[in-house]
Amino acid sequence: MKFTLFTGCVAKGATRELMLSTMKSAEGLGIEFIEMKSAACCGAGVVSEKNPLLADALNARTIAIAEEQGLDLVTICSTCQGILKKTECHVDSDSAYKEKVNNILEEGGHQYAGGKIKIQHFANVLGTEEGLKLLRGEVKRPLTGLKAAAFYGCYVLRPSELSLYEDPDDPTGMEEIFEILGATPVYYDSRIKCCGFPIIMMNKDASHDMAGNALIDAIDRGADCVVTGCPLCHLSLDAYQPEIDKMNKKGCSIPILHLPQLVALALGYSPQELGMDKHIISTTRLDKILA
Amino acid sequence: MITFRIKRYNPEKQAESYFEDFQLDVQEDLTLLDCMNEIKWTLDGSLTYRMSCRSAICGSCAVKANGHAILACQRQAQHLVKDNDTIVLEPLGNMKPIKDLAVDFKPFWDKINKVKPYLQPEKKAPEKERTQSPEQFKFIDDSSTCIMCGACYSDCQVLEVDDNFLGPAALAKAQRFVQDSRDGKTLERVKELSKPGGIWDCTHCAECVERCPKPARPFDRIKEVMTVALEQGVTNNNGARHALSFAKSVKSSGRLNENVIPVESVGFFNFKGLFDLLPVGLRMFFRGKNPPILHKSIEEVEDIKRIYMKLNE
Repeated sequence: MKFTLFTGCVAKGATRELMLSTMKSAEGLGIEFIEMKSAACCGAGVVSEKNPLLADALNARTIAIAEEQGLDLVTICSTCQGILKKTECHVDSDSAYKEKVNNILEEGGHQYAGGKIKIQHFANVLGTEEGLKLLRGEVKRPLTGLKAAAFYGCYVLRPSELSLYEDPDDPTGMEEIFEILGATPVYYDSRIKCCGFPIIMMNKDASHDMAGNALIDAIDRGADCVVTGCPLCHLSLDAYQPEIDKMNKKGCSIPILHLPQLVALALGYSPQELGMDKHIISTTRLDKILA
Repeated sequence: MITFRIKRYNPEKQAESYFEDFQLDVQEDLTLLDCMNEIKWTLDGSLTYRMSCRSAICGSCAVKANGHAILACQRQAQHLVKDNDTIVLEPLGNMKPIKDLAVDFKPFWDKINKVKPYLQPEKKAPEKERTQSPEQFKFIDDSSTCIMCGACYSDCQVLEVDDNFLGPAALAKAQRFVQDSRDGKTLERVKELSKPGGIWDCTHCAECVERCPKPARPFDRIKEVMTVALEQGVTNNNGARHALSFAKSVKSSGRLNENVIPVESVGFFNFKGLFDLLPVGLRMFFRGKNPPILHKSIEEVEDIKRIYMKLNE
């Protein structure tokens, strides 16, 4: 399997362990990723607040680059995934708009064709028949006894017409991966909810409250760790967990893993190789379970 | 046979709510509302809920089915059946139940009223009607379809934690006037909507888009108001500063500068805001988790700058 990899900004910035573990997972599974080094930030739905056409032009350019390479595009961030799909939908559904976007791109040597490549989150790739088969064949250290709670990230689920999950209100893609890795999936209501990150600068208390409610929900359901498909969710749930913990009378302390970290752990890589020592909430409590 | 597990509540008889099961033999084409009526008319006349048109026009019959808000008259019961042939019915969220599935809509209406949901034209009324071109109407077409059912308000994830948020329905209604060519108070409106509890408190979860039974799609409308607010220069708030800083960062390097955006978002002279950023900043720094100090540009960043220039950004 060979893809272009749209890393997104945060995997190259505040969550470099996501990038590291993605590449280790790919190495362990024999997946080839060609990093899109000239692709711009997806805008995270924020650039479009300033200028929707600008955001679509930047993202159409990104998709065009993948088209030029003739490879399906893989994201490792739920937000990037949703935003790229949104541009694809905007541009594909209106030929006049597509022409307008392509006029903007023309001088840079790119043209968006549409319908030529797939845009998929890494979790979606692993969830395909081929991906699941690869995983089954490569698990070297089954994560037996680990109760893992998926946290999908809004943008891969809603709006549902852009989601790659069959039932975005009740997705099972990440849990299916957990099972193959030997872990026990924990089903809880908050797994499809928002982490609150987008309003962390505007309404901090509400943001932390949203994250805290999700963490408490996962803990109450017996989870040992929460596994995110989005580095922004990871920042909200991990980097800000001390503040969230303080806000909640019940307290909520739980390690937060990136999906590729969980995958690579099962492929036999060590927590250090996957940057798990960089997390704010220590993941060492999982060592006993994984020993 | 479908089991309808309905949340019952009658404060005159019992302080706590409880679930009661009703079983019905349901034909394939019956809507959920048809089933609720059947239960009320044949099994328990005391079951309380709102309904009227049965055609997804009046917006009265929104309830939560299997945890998500829907219009009961718009969905077939068979399509909602989950595990064990059961449909769980609960009152809408984020509002207080009055009895069974009927909730108190007062906070919903209060917030709709807060956005002044009526035209405030600058010019004197013409002799005949105030006309609008089809192109001008297009801006407000989607938000005009809102039927005030409360489904978006019920499932809004910010409202779950913050009563102060105006919520998706009121903000979508606000867009209908902010972008109405006949309205003369655009600047005043976006100033008001940019205050805490307004547009910038929306968390982008798109839950409202998912629950909206019409093309109103509140989150999409909220984003339109954000764009107008920035165009009108209403930028003295964290949400607007965040959007401007974000766009600026992508323009200069093609990617986010995570070290700069939080600082620019709270504002250079907002000492309390900057102080609040310190704990998480230091925590990440000592874990070696801080974004690289030397911010690198993407390859071909000149093309990104060209696109910005072409769009006068």
